[in-house]
This record gives sequence, structure tokens and C-alpha cells, in this order.
Amino acid sequence: MSFFHSSQSKSDGTAPGEPMVWFSGMWLAIGLLMIVTLLTVIVKNGLTLFWPSKIVRIELVEGSAAAIQGASSFAGEVRKRQDKSIRDAEGHAIPELQFFVGNRDAYGFGFRYVDQADIAARTYPENFLVAERLEYGDLLGYPVALKLADGTVAVDAPDFRERLRALVDEGNQRRHEIERIEKGEIGAINRKMEALKLSLRKAELGDTLTDAFRASVEEETAALQAEYEVLAKEASSLRAEQKVARFVYRLDTGAERETAIGNLIHFYYPNEMGFFGRVGHFLAEIWNFLSEDPREANTEGGVFPAIFGTFVMTLLMSLVVVPFGVVAAIYLREYSKQGPLVRAVRIAVNNLAGVPSIVFGVFGLGFFVYFVGGGIDSLFYPERLPTPTFGTGGILWAALTLALMTVPVVIVSTEEALAAVSRGAREASLAAGASKWQTIQHIVLPASVPGVITGLVLSMARGAGEVAPLMLVGVVKLAPTLALDAQAPFVHLERKFMHLGFHIYDLGFQSPDSEAAKPMVFATTLLLIALVVVLNATAILLRERLRRKYASSAF
Amino acid sequence: MMENTQNLEEATPMSLPSTPLPSSADTLSATGPVRCPDYIQVRDFCFNYTPEVRVLHDITMDIPENEVTAFIGPSGCGKTTLLRNFNRMNDLIDGISHEGVITVDGQDIFDPNLEVISLRKRIGMVFQKSNPFPKSIYENVVYSLRIAGQRDKNILDEVVERSLRGAALWDEVKDRLQQSALGLSGGQMQRLCIARAIANQPHILLMDEPCSALDPIATAKIEELISELKEQFTVVIVTHNMQQAARVSDRTAYFYLGKLIEMDETTKIFANPSKKETEDYISGRFG
Repeated sequence: MSFFHSSQSKSDGTAPGEPMVWFSGMWLAIGLLMIVTLLTVIVKNGLTLFWPSKIVRIELVEGSAAAIQGASSFAGEVRKRQDKSIRDAEGHAIPELQFFVGNRDAYGFGFRYVDQADIAARTYPENFLVAERLEYGDLLGYPVALKLADGTVAVDAPDFRERLRALVDEGNQRRHEIERIEKGEIGAINRKMEALKLSLRKAELGDTLTDAFRASVEEETAALQAEYEVLAKEASSLRAEQKVARFVYRLDTGAERETAIGNLIHFYYPNEMGFFGRVGHFLAEIWNFLSEDPREANTEGGVFPAIFGTFVMTLLMSLVVVPFGVVAAIYLREYSKQGPLVRAVRIAVNNLAGVPSIVFGVFGLGFFVYFVGGGIDSLFYPERLPTPTFGTGGILWAALTLALMTVPVVIVSTEEALAAVSRGAREASLAAGASKWQTIQHIVLPASVPGVITGLVLSMARGAGEVAPLMLVGVVKLAPTLALDAQAPFVHLERKFMHLGFHIYDLGFQSPDSEAAKPMVFATTLLLIALVVVLNATAILLRERLRRKYASSAF
Repeated sequence: MMENTQNLEEATPMSLPSTPLPSSADTLSATGPVRCPDYIQVRDFCFNYTPEVRVLHDITMDIPENEVTAFIGPSGCGKTTLLRNFNRMNDLIDGISHEGVITVDGQDIFDPNLEVISLRKRIGMVFQKSNPFPKSIYENVVYSLRIAGQRDKNILDEVVERSLRGAALWDEVKDRLQQSALGLSGGQMQRLCIARAIANQPHILLMDEPCSALDPIATAKIEELISELKEQFTVVIVTHNMQQAARVSDRTAYFYLGKLIEMDETTKIFANPSKKETEDYISGRFG
């Protein structure tokens, strides 16, 4: 027992090295705390976008500066509580509230700050409606009546809400129909006409243009034009129908307004929802956010094209970066003679990881877009010039640029994995009569796959979150089409694309109403983080499976 | 260094008094094949890891066919280096150089026209640490055939059974051939490595301390196996364990400080060595 005495007496935190344990633990705790705080802020702010808060009606004190259009009250949703940056005469803080009041078409703004002291009374009005519209953001008001082609339905009619719902659904269906005609059918006709025009131009360039060919092209164009007229008429009559039924509502400030029901996307009564109703609304809103196209300069609607663009670009990048990095690492580690030159190459590769990403963007623009893409255009698409096909930013060039940017990570981690494959395994393979390449192929590479995947995880995390170089090589604010669709040849690598990272920048700094866009910024950030986590988790799961397969204590 | 070389020149002819072969000078001058099927001949062989570090000094020896030859000697005496020269595994190391000749089946193994892969296909090797591939038992055994392009399932199945039986492992693993080889015990892994080494039916089997990491029971099994293997193969085994050399080998070579001190029939080496150094080492009065 006396044998252990000395170590027991030092269990009071003064044992050699003990303070260092506390010190390093403290830094880890600080780091974790920062990450958790950041995530909490993002999650909280991002999710409030979808949660239907109650609408509160504010009675203002006499002469308040916050009055809207001279009215003594308004209704809105509390978004923020804060202290003003200035203090009153006695040095006390002045608390104020930020309200989302909507109705940007009527008020000219969507948000209102009110001093806490200016609020005389708060109530939660019954029968208050919030509707999402195609334009001007949300509508907040008391429903008054429905003006239909065959008369009006007053709000006290027993089936008012059902009828409104039916009309909104009908309008949504009609809108999808219009979209189908305009984007689908008219789009197809446009593409055919474009193709005809190009075939004519190609024949002109090749000096094979005959009058008969020109006549046949003109005839086909005329036929398409006629088809187009019919569809365009159909679309415009549907559009006119969208404007027939009208919804009359009253703002809390007293003004009565009306809007076409075709303008409404969906509506709800936030003050009458139970908890489960709210949760249902919350989930539906999240789904819309994930699955819909953006509207109104990206501040409304969903982000589906950006998710899709980020995902496809990251996958393309992985497809390029893995073979590229692995082959380079194999040469560096297995074949080249280790000496000053290889050491220099290795240092250069590591330094490549430190080059600012915008520099890669400039390189991608100069090399991939203008040189390679311009070359492809003049070789394969001369009839389309001067309109570029590949000679402009696109998802392929963006993926290649990011692949170049992240390839050092893959090279370094692959090299480490190759170096970790035991001599015993290599020797056993060589002694069995395998050549060097066979040994690499059958023994070394399979055992290095987990290391390769580690590199891939790191490069995906960096690539998916990168924005600056993408702005030069193909990302856009709004892409009308996706890189994969039902239209032959189904994969359109030359197309521009949307990206969640760029979307965040665009919403936060390029949006006409940055206050309205703020929750979207957080929601998009949350989504980008989630996407990176999903991609990484997939890769890590794959790696763990392979690790188990190749786990060995024998080497 | 020079001193050592001179000493060895005196020692070599005496250590191989009954060599029935042409003198070493004759062998060196002869460039054509020597008529000794499946015989390893080593003539005045020196080996350097770097120009300054010479680890083998003028080794001259003959290894007869279908016998077990044991290399014994203290650590660092060069016995493993010599063994690894027989299938040119030392090629992997940068900066090596050698002098002298080694022939296998009359073929100079350092001939620049010789493909080292074809040499290694004729020589199986078992390493000190068992090193099965992280693959199934089946794939481990057929590895050398697979890389040679053999795809016929019947042939592969036959080879697996024959090799595993040859390595006395068949009965233990026949029901789990598709399971990972890494799930075997240490002794089983080593026997699997033997099965892998003999799968391609080599002529020579090199064993580099195959039992050093095994318990006595596994060692006994492998020793038994070695005695059986010599019917088909020429076995060269490096061992630290003198009892093992005495038990399994027909001939024994004793190395010390990179020099071959004595090589003779095992019974003679252990009963009546002609050199004092050998006797000291064997009787434990080393140094």
C-alpha cells in the first residue's frame, strides 16, 4: 500500500501535468461553445422563417411616430426585441420592438420599429388572415369578401373559408398549368425553332445552303410559329382567368384593398392555430422551402435549384478530384524517386492549398471558360457564335475549378494512406510474383481507400462551401433550368447553376429588402451546413465500412 | 572491412571441404548455365546496403534440391539478407549493390535479361511476421494465380484445396474459405501464408524465421509441415532456434558477422562441428 502512496497524495490537482490537462480541456470547451453558439443562432433564426407566429394588434399612444398612415393601430408579427442604440436623457435604455407588418404594396415597407413606451395595448385579433402572395410579400389583413364573376360572398357566409381555399387551390392549379404551357410546351417549340435557325446557320457557314433547304426550314418554322400562337393564346386566356376572382380584405389601419385570388399561394389564420396546426404548417413550409423555386428576387419561395446545383456541382467535383488526386499521389509516393525534386513538388502541392480561392476562380475563368470552353465552341458549335455555349461559366467549369482547388487535400491524405500500407503486405505481394503496379492495384490501393475518402470528405466540405471562385465560373442568382432534366441529352454541363453559398451572399447583400431576406439567409445557411453534413456522413459511413473490411492487426 | 574479407578467403575453402562442384574461380568465369537442376549456387557473393555498409562477405555455398537447408547465426549476421537475395526482395531497397554470382537452376538471378517476376514466381517466400492480405482466405491462396491472369474457377478451387492441404490448414478452414483471413489465429495465418507461397507450385520455398511469433504447438505443426514440404520443394529456412534447425533441416549453415563460417550436414554440425566458432555458438558458449 505504501507503494502507491505517493501517487495518491497528488490527486489534489497538483500532479505533474495536471494543469495542462485542465488548460487544454478549457480551450476545447471554448471551441465547442463557440460552435454550439453559432449553430444555435443559425438554427433558431433559420427555423423562425417557417414557424407561424401569432399576429398581434398594437394600439399606439397618441402621437406616436410609429403610426402607419395616420392610423392609431396596426397588426403584425413581433420579430425582434432590442434596446435602441441611443439612450434617454437619464441614461436609461429605450427598448423597442420590430414588427413584421407585411402589405408592402400598401405601406411601402414591410417592417416597423416601435418603442415599447408607445404601445398602449396589445390584442390578438380573431379572424386575421396571413396570405403568401406572388408579389409584394405577405398580405396581413381581415378578410372582407370574395368578388366572383357571379356575385360576392361576404366574410360572414358560413362557407367563406372553404370557398376561399377552393379558389386558391384552383388558382394554384391554373398557375401550374400556365407554367407547364410556357416553360414546357412553348419552351420546346422555342428550342426547335432555335435548332432550325442553327441548322440554317450551319449550312450557311459550310456553304451547303440550298434554296430547297432554306424553304423547308422556313416552312417548319412557320408551322412551329402557328403552334406557338395557339399555345400562347391558351396561356394568356388562363392568365386572364387568374384575375377574375378577387379577394377583398381590410388592413388594420382601416383601408380596404383587393387582390386577384390568382395572386395568392396559400393562406392561414395564425391566431386560430393550435400547437399541432402550427407544427403542421411549420413542416409544410419547410417542405416548400426545400422543393420550390425562388420568387421575388430570391427573398420568397424555396431554394430547390440552389440545393440541386450545390449537390450536382459537389458530386461532379468529387468525380474529378478523386482520380486526379489519387493518381498524382500514387506517382509521388510509389514511383518517383524520393529526393529534393519530389520534396519540392510536395511543398508546392501543399502550398496550392493556401492559394486564395478567388485566384482559382480567375484561373478557372481564364483557362477553363475562355481557353478550353472557347476552344470547344469554335470547334463544335461555330454556328452558335457569338453566343457562347461552353465558352461561358457553367457547372462543369465550376466543378473543375473547385477540383483543382481541393486536389491538394486529396493528394496529401492519399499519400499518407499509401505510406501507411505495411511493408509486409507489399513484400508478400511482390514475393508472390506480382509486379509493382499489380501490388498497388490489388493490395496498396484497396487498403488506402479509407484515407482517400478522408481526403474526399475534406475536399467536399471545402468545395461545397466555396463561393468566391464560383462567381467567376458559372454561378448565377437565378438559373431558369437545372443541369439535369428530362430534355435530351439530359445532362447539361454547360448550364449555369445556382449554389447555396452564393444564395446566402445574394440574399444577405444583394437583396432589395435585406430585412425580409434575413431569415432566408439563416435558413439557407442551415441548409448548406446540413447538405455538407449529409455528404460527409455518407462518405464517412462508406469509410467505416471499408475500414472494417480492411481492419487488420496482422500487419 | 578489408581484414574481414581476407579472413573469409581463408575460411571459405575449408568450410566447404567436400564441394563436388567446379572451383569458385571456374564458376565465376563461366557465363553459361551450370548443370545443377533446382540447385541454388552462391559464389563469392558480397552484398552492400550502402557503399560503406557491407553485410555479406564472399559467401560461397550450394543448396541441394529437395532438402531443407537451415541458416543459423546470431542477429545481424546476414542470414536473412542472403535469403532475400534469392528472390531479389532486396531490390526494393535503394542503394544496394552486390558482387559475385547466385544461380538458381543454373540461371544467374542477377542477369539483366532475367525478369524478376518470373524468378519470384518460381520461389515462394514465407515471412517472419505472418502477412495475409486483408482479403478472404480463398483470395489469399489464389493471389499469385489471379495476378498471373488465371480465371478458371475449377483450377482456382483445386489450387486452394491442394495448397491448404499442403499447408495442413484445409480441415480447419474449409468451411469458411470466403471469410476474412484476418480472423484466423496467428499459427493459422502463418500456415495460410505457407499455402499462399506454395499455391503457384514454386521450386523453392524460402522461410524467414517462420515460427518466431508462434506458440510451441503452432511451431510444432509448421515444423512437421516443413518436413513434408521438402518432398516437393527445396526449402531454405532462416531460424534463430537451434533446436528447430536440428529438428527440421538436412543441412545447416552457420553465419557470423556476414560470413559463412561453416556449412555441412545438420547431424555433423550439431554433433561434431569442424569450427570452434560453430561449436561455441551451438553449445551456447558464444562469444
